[in-house]
Amino acid sequence: MATKYELKSKEIWDGNTAASHALRQAQVDVVAAYPITPSTPIVQNYASFLADGYVDGEFVMVESEHSAMSACVGAASAGGRVATATSSQGYALMVEVLYQASGMRLPIVMTVVNRALASPLNIHGDHGDLYLGRDAGWIHLMANNPQEAYDMTLCAFKVAENKSVRLPVTTNQDGFLVSHTAQVVEPLDDDTAYKFIGDYTPMNPMLDTSNPATYGAQTEEEWHFEFKASQHKALIDSAKVIEEVFNEFEKLTGRKYNLVESYKLEDAEIALAVMGSAYETAMVAVDKARVEGIKVGLVMPRSFRPFPYNEIASKLKNVKAIAALDRSCPMGAMGALYNEISGALSANGQAAIMTNYIYGLGGRDTTAEHILEVIKETNENAKAGKRVTDLQGFINLRGPKLSFN
Amino acid sequence: MLQIRWHSRAGQGAVTGAKALADVMARTGKFVQAYSVYGAEKRGAPMSAYDKIDDKPILDHSKWMIPNYVLVIDPSLVFQEEIVDNTTEDTVFIVTSHMDKDDLLSMAKHLEGRKVFVVDAIKISQEEIGRAIPNTPMLGAFIKVSEVIPFEDFLVSIEDILSKFPQKIIDGNLRAIKRAYEEVK
Repeated sequence: MATKYELKSKEIWDGNTAASHALRQAQVDVVAAYPITPSTPIVQNYASFLADGYVDGEFVMVESEHSAMSACVGAASAGGRVATATSSQGYALMVEVLYQASGMRLPIVMTVVNRALASPLNIHGDHGDLYLGRDAGWIHLMANNPQEAYDMTLCAFKVAENKSVRLPVTTNQDGFLVSHTAQVVEPLDDDTAYKFIGDYTPMNPMLDTSNPATYGAQTEEEWHFEFKASQHKALIDSAKVIEEVFNEFEKLTGRKYNLVESYKLEDAEIALAVMGSAYETAMVAVDKARVEGIKVGLVMPRSFRPFPYNEIASKLKNVKAIAALDRSCPMGAMGALYNEISGALSANGQAAIMTNYIYGLGGRDTTAEHILEVIKETNENAKAGKRVTDLQGFINLRGPKLSFN
Repeated sequence: MLQIRWHSRAGQGAVTGAKALADVMARTGKFVQAYSVYGAEKRGAPMSAYDKIDDKPILDHSKWMIPNYVLVIDPSLVFQEEIVDNTTEDTVFIVTSHMDKDDLLSMAKHLEGRKVFVVDAIKISQEEIGRAIPNTPMLGAFIKVSEVIPFEDFLVSIEDILSKFPQKIIDGNLRAIKRAYEEVK
């Protein structure tokens, strides 16, 4: 039996420490990982917990992230509770196997610390890796601070392992800005956390030799479409389970999470959409703008996949102009948040003026003052009743503006 | 919000020092952030660490700040003009040096007219802890200069935070903290 870890009611944890304690409390059977900056401490802490007797499971050292996710797929199909962590290039190397994991309906939890993708090489935070994995069939949950990194990781197991979901889940936190920033975190004690997640009962485990099952079968024209469509339906429908898990988590902790988070939207005339730690920085900017008389609010999909189309449109039904802020370079298109939100509005007959901003690539600092400028530009669009600013701009970019119209 | 910026070389313990200070302050009911900024992770490379301390949750995740205190724990970095970046005339500098304040200010012109306190945290840590890890003595000096919490309360918290180390290390750090508290001027 694993030794209980004595935790204080308030710990000073960075996001990595918070995520690693959540993995420990989930009593994962197998963690297979290949450490990479800035998520290395998650793997390192987990290995220490195991060596010190706080974990009963196995830690598998592998030679690459492709192997890490492959070992996770093997262990999960055998019937284990399985988790890993990665960032950036490691995430990119895993991509082939991410699709295998979701296609096999394996409830693996991956704590992702978001980092820019090379080239040029950069260890700092942006959402390039998250956006790379957005069509991989995983649920993607967002955490904006160390407390949320802990909370989302606990919730991730409960969502993934729900019998109607059975899909892998990533929890996402910004590299360094969350992963290496120590803040006050209120953890649950080990027993309460484990009880919230519950025991894992695998479906069709390969180690159940009396009920043989096939994983990763070949399906050509006759069945592939049905498989993928039902997988997609399960992912779309997981929104309901995510909400149920969030409700249960609120009863336990008092901390309330929603499919779509919002801030001061009730009377807002304009809104910004932003995910990750910048959502909280943007709250500071909203408060400043409101002092200046600009009625602005914020919206964030807590769940990037499944994307809560109707919920986000409903939240935005009274605003005149919206700026979507993407922390990833879309390379020849509008950012994903711009596209998804425009689609959500269009599907619901709404016609707010939409603009797109790219920010924070490779860890470029984005301050409340920078976001306040975006708010003021968005307000110009609302006042004019049409778009008078660039369609796509860059926040805190040096040199020429490079914006697109 | 109280904002503190540390200047250090990687390996001197600024990150640990910033996290320890955040931990101490959180125990008094404050909300905190402790983080660091560095490029390539090389021992000896200049880096900075940051503390934000407030009565309400800290939402701003940008790295930028106007520090109330600048703590310099490497003696050579005192001469880097970057230590005065984004400061105001009210910013208090606590710097590590074996030089006395007048000699130091005659060489480090960028600190002229600034509120400067000097402590030899390198010498203190070498003599009391046995290694040049100037982070804990800097905390002792900071508590003396800032008076953010009573020194006795600080000692209780820091002893608990250090409790994972062997007794010899804990005792050395406590001696270093007390000496820096007395010697900073």
